[in-house]
Amino acid sequence: MTMTTTLDRTLTAVPTELAHGRGGGGPAPKRIVVAYGFWIFILSDMIMFSALFAAYAVLSGNNAGGPTAPELFNLRNIFISTMCLLLSSYTCGIGVLSAERRQPTHFLVFAIFTFVLGAAFLFIEATEFAGMVAKGAGPSRSAFLSSFFTLVGTHGVHVACGLVALVYLVAQARVHGLRPAVLRRLLCWSLFWHALDIVWVGVFTLVYLMGGH
Amino acid sequence: MHSPERVFEDRTPGVEEHEPTASYLSYSVGLGLAILATIASFIVAQTNLLWAPGIPVGLIVLGLAQIGVHLVFFLHLGSGPDSTNNILALAFGVLIVFLVIAGSVWIIANLNSNMVLMPQ
Repeated sequence: MTMTTTLDRTLTAVPTELAHGRGGGGPAPKRIVVAYGFWIFILSDMIMFSALFAAYAVLSGNNAGGPTAPELFNLRNIFISTMCLLLSSYTCGIGVLSAERRQPTHFLVFAIFTFVLGAAFLFIEATEFAGMVAKGAGPSRSAFLSSFFTLVGTHGVHVACGLVALVYLVAQARVHGLRPAVLRRLLCWSLFWHALDIVWVGVFTLVYLMGGH
Repeated sequence: MHSPERVFEDRTPGVEEHEPTASYLSYSVGLGLAILATIASFIVAQTNLLWAPGIPVGLIVLGLAQIGVHLVFFLHLGSGPDSTNNILALAFGVLIVFLVIAGSVWIIANLNSNMVLMPQ
């Protein structure tokens, strides 16, 4: 490997490790290409979320005489669910790192942590939604609530899909072992999970903190 | 006749080279900074620590800081050559997101202020 590098350096002007995927040094490793494709998907998902954020920003004042944001939001619960999602993002990163270092037991433990924290986040959100609907503040009450349920609900659906995908990937890792294809899927999944946490930063800042006091 | 690159490319098929960009330390630093930013946001929103009209600006700044922490420490977007394409795509995504959100808010606020109430 060291010999390869030195010979490549003498043969081509551009150092190989600097030029991967940008012309001189041949194609980028598959791991980089796959992650880039998935990154494009994540950005398109972000653009969809931006439309929902825009709808909420425009409609948040139109409560049609119904309940307003400060009456509905319990910031203590939101803080707890925010911490759950943040910690699950952390355990997800550590889990994928253990998988890349070929430590299946560590990976399994951190995947379970990630799942439990993500499920706790969803449970708190579902309880909040159920409580709001029970108080007559469902999505059909006002434009404010329609846009609120669409934005926060879409994020919740993404988290639920992420949990299903996590179970599927852990099963793959158990059956096939931590081989390169499985590791690439895990890497993409971790990008998705971190991106959901970024969307949640926008949600708790714009919806709960700026609207909730 | 093989090209020189092919002759000296002695990597085993299926084994991918990659330099570890992530470490336990970088995730832990990121988690610490993100927790600080989150707690600061909740404190700013619920107390009078900031001058009241400045609270939304403070919250936006803290939110953007936390998004930056996530991008660097969790998604590992760095200045390395492997991140160049991702950074460019992100810049385009940020442009579109900004146009959609700021444009909608601006246009609808303008329409609202020009709206004439219908006689009841």
